[in-house]
Amino acid sequence: MSTTPILTVEDVGKRFNGFVALEGVSATFGGNRVTAVIGPNGAGKSTLFNVLSGAIKPSTGRILFEGRDLTAVPQHAFAHCGIARSYQITTIFPQLSVHENVRVSGQAFRSRYNIWRNRDLDRALIANADAALAAVGLHDKRNRIAKFLSHGEQRALEIAIALVAEPKLLLLDEPTAGMGPEETKAMVALIERLAMDRTILLVEHKMKMILGLSDRILVLHHGRLIADGTPAQIQADSEVRRVYLGQSHGHA
Amino acid sequence: MTPQSLDTTSAPGQSRSGAGALMQLASRWRVPLTILALCALPWLLPSKALAVNVLIYGTFAVGYNLLFGYTGLLSFGHAAFFGSGAYLTGMSIVHFGANWLLALTTGITGALLLALVMGTLSIRTRGIYFSMVTLALAQLVYYTALQASSWTGGENGLRGFTVSRIDVFGLQIDFLNPLHKYYVVLIFTALALWLVSRALNSSFGAVIEAIRENEVRARACGYNVERTKLISFVLSGAICGLAGGLSALHLAIVPLDTLHYQTSGLVVMMTLLGGMGSFFGPFIGALAFLVMEDLFSLWTAHWQLFVGAIFILFVLFLPKGIWGTILGAGER
Ligand SMILES: Nc1ncnc2c1ncn2[C@@H]1O[C@H](COP(=O)(O)OP(=O)(O)OP(=O)(O)O)[C@@H](O)[C@H]1O
Ligand SMILES: [Mg+2]
Repeated sequence: MSTTPILTVEDVGKRFNGFVALEGVSATFGGNRVTAVIGPNGAGKSTLFNVLSGAIKPSTGRILFEGRDLTAVPQHAFAHCGIARSYQITTIFPQLSVHENVRVSGQAFRSRYNIWRNRDLDRALIANADAALAAVGLHDKRNRIAKFLSHGEQRALEIAIALVAEPKLLLLDEPTAGMGPEETKAMVALIERLAMDRTILLVEHKMKMILGLSDRILVLHHGRLIADGTPAQIQADSEVRRVYLGQSHGHA
Repeated sequence: MTPQSLDTTSAPGQSRSGAGALMQLASRWRVPLTILALCALPWLLPSKALAVNVLIYGTFAVGYNLLFGYTGLLSFGHAAFFGSGAYLTGMSIVHFGANWLLALTTGITGALLLALVMGTLSIRTRGIYFSMVTLALAQLVYYTALQASSWTGGENGLRGFTVSRIDVFGLQIDFLNPLHKYYVVLIFTALALWLVSRALNSSFGAVIEAIRENEVRARACGYNVERTKLISFVLSGAICGLAGGLSALHLAIVPLDTLHYQTSGLVVMMTLLGGMGSFFGPFIGALAFLVMEDLFSLWTAHWQLFVGAIFILFVLFLPKGIWGTILGAGER
């Protein structure tokens, strides 16, 4: 599975007031693959995603995206490079309509702030938003106010918000958190479809889901990358078994 | 996939079904309809001077709400923009003999630049800190005006610039006639309402609403949140500066109180009273506030007590404000 990497993480570390949340993380990602990032609570998974999406700046190391050094670039520029994400805690625009949630996200890539033009006249943008909603199965809810959607629908909406940007790299932080089995199944199917034409990084705790979905697994523990390999390699890794798989998270 | 137009421009969060069609139409034509209604206002109110005040404070509140209601930033310092607009308009006439239009333009430009400075200093702070920083910066402006008394008249306020005749595009108008004055001020109010309405209808309006709803998400979507907030702050400051300049021309005096934090509080109250969630609510709030003040002050010196009580009742029981509640009822 050799592919040209789009994302290179070089020796990335992050400290919060002396507390080491990430240390010496290096890896490359690319191709239409799903890579799962696992690890116990507090291992630094979300911190890694925050660094990769520009939400926080790493204390050490570099991030290269398509050969461009993004380490010092402001967060909003990450989206323009083709990196989109969802958050562990649902992060949407609650009072806006479902469609407007997605439309406003897509609008970020248009020439901005032309106040002489009505926002609802850009047909292509409206169609893109509808397509993203259709992809996550929310098309029939397009005129609802986002806060009135169910938890699972809100998680799907967040993915549509990320999707409308047509990202090359999609970071999903526990997309099935708080979901029931039916909703989880739908989400897994969605991720499989999305992975057909982009690179996906996924944080999850549900081992069964990870093993079924991912081509590669990274294991974080106390901010360090302790393993990086195929699901079979990870399952066989004795240190991983000791720190993570043996725990309560339900070994597949 | 039929691209169907979405009205996200009036009260946020409203559903768009059924009886909403009429509301949607009204929302599309909100500026012409408003101007039409405002043309009749002087005959509906007890005095023409009150009607002029409604225009001025309505403009102030609509400009303020761009930042407060739509961008989600609670500024306690907007007296600085209203006041600097008023002072610079007056000072241009008193000290430089400028004509009224140039003076007003100076007022707006000055308020805009001040907003650029205050915005740059405050925009990175959040929540209560933002409110406090704007308040503190506005107090700085207040004390500057108090100290620079040779320019501003200090405690006595700025006096001596009565504008009696003005030239509106070749037309000589008697500015001492309250009705003529009203329609001149209405031209500027209409322009301000139109500008704010345009901004809110455009992609810019979509972005500030998104920032109000979820700053983290807006940033992740690729928006430069700080820059957008600053643009909103500056636009809001310029509109409030216009309102201040009009107030100077109307009163022919700029009291020092114009810059006082009570003025900042006043615009917050008017906005909440009318409803911060809608384009027109703040204007209604200004109207309601000034009419109540006018009526209650006729029969009691303690009018503030009554207006205050009504304000509290609104905040407690009708948190969407007068206009927001009417809009909400129309939706159902
Ligand atoms: N902004 C911050 N300031 C200080 N400490 C932080 C901050 N963000 C994260 N941390 C700390 O860094 C560590 C890693 O947090 P992180 O959220 O990355 O864990 P995680 O692997 O995502 O865990 P979980 O499975 O619970 O989501 C935790 O101990 C957390 O308390
Ligand atoms: Mg996490």
